[in-house]
Amino acid sequence: MKAIYKRELKAYFTSPLAYVFIAVFFLFEGIAFTEIYSAGVADVTGVFFHLLTMLAMIFLTPVLTMRLLSEDRRQKVDQALLTAPVGITGIVLGKFLAAFTVFALAFAPTVIFQIIVSALATSVNWLFYLNALLGVLLTGAALISIGLVISSLTESQAISCILTITAYVSLFAITYIAELTGQKFIIAAAEYLAIFDVFSRFGDSVFHIPDVAYLLSVTALFIFLSVRAVERRRWA
Amino acid sequence: MIEVSSLSKSYGNHLAVDNVSFTINKGDVIGFLGPNGAGKSTIMNIMTGYLSLTHGSVKVDGYDIVDNPEQAKKRIGYLPEIPPVYIDMTVREYLYFMYDLKKVKFPKKPHINEIAKLVKLENVMDRLIKNLSKGYRQRVGIAQALIGNPDVLILDEPTVGLDPKQIIEIRNLIARLGKNHTVILSSHILSEVQEVCKRIIIINKGKIIADDTPDNLSQGLSTDHSLHLRVTGKEEDLKKILCSVPGVKSVVSLGSKEAGSCDFNVEPKTGHDIRAAVSQRLSERGKTILIMASNEMNLEQIFLRLTEMSDNGQEFFMAQNNGESEVSDKTQEEEEI
Repeated sequence: MKAIYKRELKAYFTSPLAYVFIAVFFLFEGIAFTEIYSAGVADVTGVFFHLLTMLAMIFLTPVLTMRLLSEDRRQKVDQALLTAPVGITGIVLGKFLAAFTVFALAFAPTVIFQIIVSALATSVNWLFYLNALLGVLLTGAALISIGLVISSLTESQAISCILTITAYVSLFAITYIAELTGQKFIIAAAEYLAIFDVFSRFGDSVFHIPDVAYLLSVTALFIFLSVRAVERRRWA
Repeated sequence: MIEVSSLSKSYGNHLAVDNVSFTINKGDVIGFLGPNGAGKSTIMNIMTGYLSLTHGSVKVDGYDIVDNPEQAKKRIGYLPEIPPVYIDMTVREYLYFMYDLKKVKFPKKPHINEIAKLVKLENVMDRLIKNLSKGYRQRVGIAQALIGNPDVLILDEPTVGLDPKQIIEIRNLIARLGKNHTVILSSHILSEVQEVCKRIIIINKGKIIADDTPDNLSQGLSTDHSLHLRVTGKEEDLKKILCSVPGVKSVVSLGSKEAGSCDFNVEPKTGHDIRAAVSQRLSERGKTILIMASNEMNLEQIFLRLTEMSDNGQEFFMAQNNGESEVSDKTQEEEEI
């Protein structure tokens, strides 16, 4: 797991990929923070739930996950990984954690924003900030695990990327679409799938244990499914 | 060391490997031979745990590849058909990565350096793999298989796509590795297998159709070697002399191919070695033998015959009994060409 993690993380930073990803997030967070701060609100949590941040999460996270499992298969490197004396879970987890690390790094500026705000404003609640940060990281983990499954299903990075964006956009719009149907049970079902709504609740300054548990379970489920997808190919 | 018993693998309705069994002892150098698509790579992929199996079992040093994959895989170094390299890494980074991945216990730097020296990679250690030629990538693939010094090396078509010089280098390398490792290599190039391997397993359409030493394989198919002779003198005289040798079944004249001499194909009766008698009788009569060659089939011919026969549903044993006349026909034709 450690070897894979190290190699994948390095691969992100030897290509422009991670830099572009992080740079766009930094820029958007900067814009969001400027907007919030100039409105006189001493609250960094707004940065996480700003439209720009959400858009970056939906359209850029697939860039992190698109090649995780698909590229190995295309280049046939998976033969080396799967014949090495390590379990598939370790391989998949290593890749997941590498993507997650880059994702987490993209939110590093919010720490600085928070420090600036707490230096200037009189009453700043660090717990609200940490709650929102936890929310964004857990949501990121869930999104990455979904992208991981999709990347295990195809050998093409482009297809993997497009499918992942489609999945994220669908999840983003799911409650809206459900409400259009007017059917109560569909709306109720959509609420369970609406990851971004769950994410938004972390901005309510309330610590929701069910939401934390929900995002963790989604992540675990999709990592498990990725492992199964890799395993299943052996039995094809 | 490796025990494969009644191994089968099917993709949907297609049976890629059909009830294959063999045992490989420690220190053996084995060649898998077969036409493209025969199932060589599939068998290797199953033996290394990359693919699952539908039936049967594979045991490496007593560890089952399905029940105890980590222990089994630890004992195998695998070079797949396409070297499994990350092209965005340098050779050193990649080999260090594979070292970490395989959780090898030897000291890292000396171990990798030793391998790099063995496969002659020292000069390209800090180059990106994507900038390396096919030959070097192949060597990186072999180096990767050697990490951790596994007992068994499984090499899938290790010389494919290389230039003749590289082929010789890789072959020599395999011969050297064969001294300390159990090596299984696959190929559709016969001379390669013949040169390097002590035992050959011929596979066609997912089945083993022959499993023997190269020598036995060529002998087994042409049990009674006919002799090709070129002797000085006149055709008719010579034919009479040859027919009078005890143990000779038939003499076929092939005409004169060199001035003052004549060529014959002499077939002995079953179980007779007529070479000494022929030589003695001819020299008694003052004739000089210019060529005497035993018409043993070379591996190329055996391979073609065996795969053809298995395509026609015939068995190897039948070839031994019925195939003689055809065999000599074939070799005759080849010599004339």
